[in-house]
Order: sequence, then C-alpha cells, then structure tokens
Amino acid sequence: MDLLDIDARLSDEQRLVRDTVRSYAGDRVLPRVAGWFEEGVFPARELAPELGSLGLLGMHLTGYGCAGADATSYGVACRELEAADSGLRSFVSVQGSLAMFPIWRYGSAEQKAEWLPRMASGEAIGCFGLTEPDRGSDPSSMRTYAKRDGSDWILNGAKMWITNGSVADVAVVWARTDEGIRGFVVPADTPGFSAPEIHRKLSLRASVTSSLYLDDVRLPESAVLPGVTGLKGPLSCLSEARFGILWGVVGAARACLEAALGYARTREQFGRPIGGFQLTQEKLAWMAVAVQQAQLTALHLAALKESGELKPHQISFGKLANVRAAIDVARQARTILGANGVTLEYPVIRHMTNLESVLTYEGTEEVHLLTLGKALTGLDAFR
Amino acid sequence: MNIVVCVKQVPDTATERKLRPDDKTIDREAAEGVINEICEYAVEEALRLKEAHGGEVTVLTMGPSKATDTIRKALAMGADKAVHLVDDALHGSDGLQTSYALAQVLKKIGFDVVILGSESTDARMGTLAAMLAERLDAPQLSLANKVEIDGSTIRIQRLTDYGFDRVEASLPAVVSVVEKINEPRYPSFKGIMAAKKKPVETLSVADAEIDAAKVGLASAATEVVDFAVAPPRAAGTIVKDEGDGGVKVAEFLASKKFV
Repeated sequence: MDLLDIDARLSDEQRLVRDTVRSYAGDRVLPRVAGWFEEGVFPARELAPELGSLGLLGMHLTGYGCAGADATSYGVACRELEAADSGLRSFVSVQGSLAMFPIWRYGSAEQKAEWLPRMASGEAIGCFGLTEPDRGSDPSSMRTYAKRDGSDWILNGAKMWITNGSVADVAVVWARTDEGIRGFVVPADTPGFSAPEIHRKLSLRASVTSSLYLDDVRLPESAVLPGVTGLKGPLSCLSEARFGILWGVVGAARACLEAALGYARTREQFGRPIGGFQLTQEKLAWMAVAVQQAQLTALHLAALKESGELKPHQISFGKLANVRAAIDVARQARTILGANGVTLEYPVIRHMTNLESVLTYEGTEEVHLLTLGKALTGLDAFR
Repeated sequence: MNIVVCVKQVPDTATERKLRPDDKTIDREAAEGVINEICEYAVEEALRLKEAHGGEVTVLTMGPSKATDTIRKALAMGADKAVHLVDDALHGSDGLQTSYALAQVLKKIGFDVVILGSESTDARMGTLAAMLAERLDAPQLSLANKVEIDGSTIRIQRLTDYGFDRVEASLPAVVSVVEKINEPRYPSFKGIMAAKKKPVETLSVADAEIDAAKVGLASAATEVVDFAVAPPRAAGTIVKDEGDGGVKVAEFLASKKFV
C-alpha cells in the first residue's frame, strides 16, 4: 500500500516509534475500540498510564519526563494512534499539545514542576479551554473573563467541546482580562469549576467531550501562565495540535484503505473478487494516491517544523488538505464495503464519522481556507 | 551480573517468506526483517534479571547489516549495549556453524548467563541453546517459563507436555525461554531515543577469532536439497450430520492421525 515507499525514508528510530505505537494500538486498543465507540466511552484513566509509559504524552517536549522526540516521530506516532481511532489520537494531542505544551512553553517553574511530570506519566490528565458555546472560529471575542481581586483572580464563563474535560485533573483555560487574553492553570477540584460530559454525539464517540463551567472560580496569582498575553498563546498551542492532526488523519485514511483493500480481495460477486473489477480498482487507486499525497504533505511539514521554518498558513494547508483527503478516502472505502461498511464490524464508518469532528475542530475547514486565501491574496476575509 | 541475550532477525512472518533460488538460503531481502518474536521474551527476561540482580545486558546477534534494526529494538527495550557479528563469510551457516560462531564471540565477551528464545520462526531448529551450552561447556536450561537466580545458582521451570520440571544448575549457564515466561515491554520513546547513543560493537569473523573455513554455506553440515512452494490450501470437507456426524468427524480425525 505504501506505493511510494515513503516509510523507507524514515529513520531507524522513527520506524521503531511507528512499530511500537502500531503494536500497542493493535494489542490494547483495536480489539476494544468498536465497543467503546458503540457505548460512547473512552477509558482514559486506564489508558493514560500506558500511553505515558510508552512516552506518548508530551513526546515532542523536552525535560520533565518527556521523550524529546523530533517532529517526524511525533507525527508518525499520531498517525499510528489515529489508524486505531481519532478519539485515541485526540486524547494524546490534547494532553501533549494543548495542555502540556502551554505549561511547558509559557508556564512558571512551579507550574512546570507541579504538572508536567505527572502529565507525562499519565497520572494527571489535562484539557484545554478555548472554544465557547457561542464563540468557535472567533475566539478573540470570548466572553470568559478573569477579574483581579487583590492578588487573586476570579474567573467566570463557559467553555464547550472540550476534549478530556470531564476526566481532566487540570484545565488550561483561556480568559479575557483587562490586560488581554491570559491562560490559567485550573485544577479540576477548584471550587466553582465543573465539567459535565456532552452526550449524544455521533462522531468521536470513543472520546470524552465536555463543557467547562467557571462560576466565580478563585485562583491565586500563581495560576496564571506568566509567559504569554494575547491570542497568540492559544493559537500557538493549536498549531502544535494541528500538526498532530494532519499526520493523524493519514492513519485514519490508511486504515480505511486497508479495510477496503482486504474486503475487495476477498468479497466475491459475479463469481470473482470485486477487487478485480475496474470500477473498484479505480476507487482503490485514487484512495492510495490520496493517502500517499497526504503522507508526503505531512512529511514535508515535519521537515519544515524540524528546521524551525513552519508557518501557520502551512499548517492550515496540511490540516485542510489531509482531513479532506481522509474523509474522501473513508467515504470511498465505505462504498467498497457495501452494506458491511455501515457496521462497526469494520473500522470504516467509525473513521468516517470521527473525521467529521476532525474536519471542524482545531480550526474549521472554512477558516483554514480563508487562511490560505489570505496567504495567496494578501487580503483578509474575516478580520 | 553479565547477561548476554542472543537475538535473531527473521523475515516478517506476516509476509510471504521465500528461499533464494540460487543457493537455497533464506531470502532476507524478500521480506522485511523483524526481531524473532520469542527473542523479545528473552530480552524481557534478561532485563528483569538485571533489574533484580544488577549488572549489564548485552545483546548479541549474528546477521547481515540490516540486523541493526533488531539490535536497536532490543536496546530501545532497555539493553545496555550490543555486539553485532556480521561478515559475508557467515552467509548460509547452519545451526552447528552458528553455534560455533556465537560461542567464539561469547568466549571473547564473557557471560554469567546467556539467554535465548527457544527457536526462530525461520529455521525452526530449536537446538541453538543446546549446541551453545555444549560448545561453551556450560549447563543448559531449556524451555524455561520461569527463571530465578540465587547467588551462583540458577533455577528454572522447564515447560513440558505434562507440566514442568524444576531444573537447577550453577552459573555460568545457557537458558532458553518460551513465550509463557513473561509479557515483553514495549520500547518507550525515551528508550528509543537513548538507544541511538548505546554502544554497538561490530565484529567480523576475524575479530571474533572464528575460522572462516568452518562457517558459511560451503562447509555447512546440512544441505537444502530441494524446495517447493507450498500448494494452496485445498477446500475444506463439509460433513453433513445425518445422525452419523460424530462418527464421520472421528473417522476424519483418525485418517489425519489426530486421534
């Protein structure tokens, strides 16, 4: 399936990361994930220490028990996690890129020492509160507000669509202040903080999604992230996470192609395998081209990230192009599987519906299109 | 304690494995090379012995240059260093020759315990541990599903068809392990990063004081005379139960010598 032999260009270490995550997901996640999806649960507490002992949590960060892996290794790991399920990759992305990264990058020495080792080991789970019920693509208009009260801060507001929210020990919450947008490290047991789970999702069902409510949450001065003020704080976290997504969806797409290929070779109609029919082969060929092109985009962006040249509009390119490619591959795979494609016996419908969330979260397709539009024309369509 | 764990790179069992038409040896280019699965259990047991008793775990492999992937995996799991015996002269060596070559290396690097998997998925001889023990003049403790070391005494449970035997010997010794012995750890990412910096010593036949005339295909004691591709699996037999289903099934099993 790797028609261009792309993985052969990975380093020995990167291939070992690939094999390790693939074998972990194959042993521990794939046999059970369809059941989690059906029941709408994700056993975060059970998996977090395992993911932590592998070194998957905050793997691209250095120090504090983090593995310090290069961008390609981080990407390869996300790809192999999402080949199992987008919910699993989301858990790891949120923990490493959205919760640990801001503490690692903008936190005080005390905040880092308190949270990062426990989060790297999977003992503590984190979440990231930026999106609000009425503020999605336009976070600069957020309503959550932090008011100074002596040396304390008092937070009020609500966040929504927060991955890991209900299982988190700590939330990195972004709030408006009189000095601009600031980040706060909020322990989940702080009075006034609650995180009820959002139910009735038909996508990312093997993932915990929550609301966060902040009702007069009083925090000491030491809770604010000292290193950043303004929207660039949360946006820099999203850039990290989007990099994981644009790699991850290559895994989801590959898993759909694998399922379709296996099915097409063995499913017989009119006396022969359907993989022998030209219409099926055309679908498979286009799917393989899409998966490999998405992989090449991801590898190129990893090279840019490793050399410190990766720009936000390039991440938008990757997230936009690769998620769209993965959705198209998943839908084509579904047609090859026929009616079997709509059951959880095969991974395809699970990936297909998961990808609907992935299309929207961490920057909608529309916003990434406008980011590219601005990069091309110099004209800003939404500010 | 000086623990040496012997590992082997084998063609991935998930892919189609082939013999080379020219010299009838395993075609190591045709399939991706992976660590022989049972060797992971041997590495795990070596690491557990080190964790319990201290010392150092050395990975030893004989194989072509691409066997470094297998060494790296064992190092990423936590082994301290590796010795890679690699030389074109070794190509086509059979079990006897392999045991001679590895024994030469083991004599050179020294050991308290040598641990191996019970067999490889390519040649499937299952005799290397016994041959090594003989060549090293060390006791062999084979098919272990449990290993304990107490001072200079090593005790194992040897898995048998009827249960297990308790076998005891004094160190240094050679141990082969079965899959029931443990659950191998996954390499951690830190382990993977650290593996890059761990020493891997590459030895040629001359470095290991191996007589080149005694290894390799030309002087092998065994010979692959011929081979053929396994025929495709024939369609199964369906027994329709007309009151005599049990008898028919029993007759079928008897005809295949299963009962």
